[in-house]
Amino acid sequence: MEDPATAFLAGGHGPDAGAPAHSLRHAPGPYFGSYGGRWMPESLIAALDELEDTFEKAKADPEFLAEVAELNKNYSGRPSLLTEAKRFSEHAGGARIFLKREDLNHTGSHKINNVLGQALLAKRMGKTRIIAETGAGQHGVASATAAALLGLECVVYMGAEDCRRQALNVARMQLLGATVVPVTNGSQTLKDAINDALRDWVANVDTTHYVLGTVSGAHPFPAMVRFFHEVIGAEAREQILEQLGRLPDALCACIGGGSNAIGLFHSFLDDASVKIYGFEAGGDGVDTGRHAATITLGRPGVLHGARSYLMQDEDGQTIESHSISAGLDYPGVGPEHAYLHDVGRVTYEPITDVEAMDAFRLLSQTEGIIPAIESSHALAGAIKVGKRLTEGVATPSDIVIIVNLSGRGDKDVETAAEWFGLLDENGHVKGTTLSTRRAKGAAPAAGADENAEDATHE
Amino acid sequence: MSESNAPAAVDARSTVSKSAAAIERARAAGRKALIGYLPAGYPDKQTSIDAAIAVARNGADIIEIGIPYSDPVMDGAVIQAATTQALANGFRVADVFDVVAAVTAETDAAVLVMTYWNPVLRMGVDEFSRRLAEAGGAGLITPDLIPDEAAEWFAASDKYGLDRVFLVAPSSSPERVAMTVEATRGFVYAVSIMGVTGARASVSSSAQAVVAAAHAAGAERACVGLGVSRPEHVREIASYADGVIVGTALVAALRDGGVPAVGALARELSSGFGTDAATPSSTGA
Repeated sequence: MEDPATAFLAGGHGPDAGAPAHSLRHAPGPYFGSYGGRWMPESLIAALDELEDTFEKAKADPEFLAEVAELNKNYSGRPSLLTEAKRFSEHAGGARIFLKREDLNHTGSHKINNVLGQALLAKRMGKTRIIAETGAGQHGVASATAAALLGLECVVYMGAEDCRRQALNVARMQLLGATVVPVTNGSQTLKDAINDALRDWVANVDTTHYVLGTVSGAHPFPAMVRFFHEVIGAEAREQILEQLGRLPDALCACIGGGSNAIGLFHSFLDDASVKIYGFEAGGDGVDTGRHAATITLGRPGVLHGARSYLMQDEDGQTIESHSISAGLDYPGVGPEHAYLHDVGRVTYEPITDVEAMDAFRLLSQTEGIIPAIESSHALAGAIKVGKRLTEGVATPSDIVIIVNLSGRGDKDVETAAEWFGLLDENGHVKGTTLSTRRAKGAAPAAGADENAEDATHE
Repeated sequence: MSESNAPAAVDARSTVSKSAAAIERARAAGRKALIGYLPAGYPDKQTSIDAAIAVARNGADIIEIGIPYSDPVMDGAVIQAATTQALANGFRVADVFDVVAAVTAETDAAVLVMTYWNPVLRMGVDEFSRRLAEAGGAGLITPDLIPDEAAEWFAASDKYGLDRVFLVAPSSSPERVAMTVEATRGFVYAVSIMGVTGARASVSSSAQAVVAAAHAAGAERACVGLGVSRPEHVREIASYADGVIVGTALVAALRDGGVPAVGALARELSSGFGTDAATPSSTGA
């Protein structure tokens, strides 16, 4: 087939290519309905103007688009596959489920699409340094990767709590040459990492570009980050047409800030027959107060530069979000999603930690694909949607659903092992024997006897 | 974006401004205005009131009362720590009206509220403005609200006669300076440096250029903030600006030495004007 990434960047499925003004695909910002905008300190407005100007020119520059296409193809490995999940589908009412394999991209998630584009823009602006925020570490790793590739200095802000939870990703970033700054303010998670990245940006804006990792923030970030991710949907649309000769009945994606979701959705927004679902992190349950279901339960407000739905208390103070997935653990959401919710084009629903982890295990054991916990929210949603759409349908396999498998689960193995009870009280994987550990050269620890005893209980 | 704001901006100079009046009183006394910032509710509500009164009685012409906020992206470590503590101690946004009312009642200073925008949005811009005006407040300083997004605030500030203090930065284009000056009532807040709040050894030389740009764009009053902590800073800024804004240094003094230390620092800072500004113009009710 024709390389859809190239076709997309050549304008075949470009964001404004042929999209009439009344189309939902015509969404250049700064506003999406009443959402979006620039709720930012004046000090940063000039940098946002410069970025917007650079982006608009780059978008229309064949040389830039060719550069992005080349990196997408020969560095990230695009186009990513569209894989039918036949055994998994049996658990979704028999609907046919296709996985858009963003997990196969270099660095293991969709994040690289945006980061490469923004790093190229940084170079165009003559900036020598990029900064980024990260929650689970995926965007930080992608940013560190792009910085190494393009010869940029890279500083990543990461909540101290997240640094502890995702120590391996901290090491990955450092191995790639980036500096990781643990953020000890506030809740020590993603929103506080964004706060500190913004503080850095204000002070260093002459040399520094802030590579925001999702479709939130001040204009042009929501429209720009979406642009670099639209390749996901452009490819998926072409691939499903090639494989089945028809459009899907539904799309499913997980929503934190919402970048992988908007990337998949955008090419289908004008296809009225395609139902679109975004799945937010329901955490312990939306009635527990411990969740990140921003659209489901939030109210419009401004945070980090955009007006959108927001988890906030009666005073407008941001409420800390909770999710087993660090990548969805954010109390805001991209403004375009807020708009698509209000106009009813996309349906947003919460998925609990339990539902997501069940789907995590199911995909692993039916398809041999370990998904990111973030993406597992989309998979759990697809099971629900599949059952719903096949109800009363004579031939359930007529129902086709595309799920954005936005990332792979390697980073989540420790969390999942703990969740499924694979670890003993010392955090060691049950069933690994004492002799194995010794053979690996581990010092015989004081707890060695206990381990041996555990092993005999297995 | 600014077109819808134009009618409001026309009204900007026709309404009596409390903060402009305070700056002009200082000017009439042969000096520049001293503007002091303290967060409401730090370390607790009553102490924050006492501290603000002490600052006003020791030479400040305008008091800025900050609203503690969960995501203060324009603030450095000292103010972050203070506002985080205020929130942990149970500060509620409506408490700010009590603080404003108390300071207004006890001093002659104009009292502005400095706030990130979401707490105002959450209460409702009109409702917040009405209550601020009722408390005797002069208006708002809005570090993360630019005139481009301020249509609701233009309407409410005109309705209740409140000042709207917007910021201009070293990075602001001439067009943006002009637009911001036009939108402002009271004074233009000239950000001295590209950065967040915090005491610095010297005040950036870019501050003078920012003030000059604001004056050239027609601003009658431009005051300099960010990094100001010493009497020599005050003296230097007073040579070209209409007022000097001190925040972090006062918060640190309150943290380390309580209300007496804040009052002493305000007195020391106002000595930077080289007049007898330290003799309080506001001797209390």
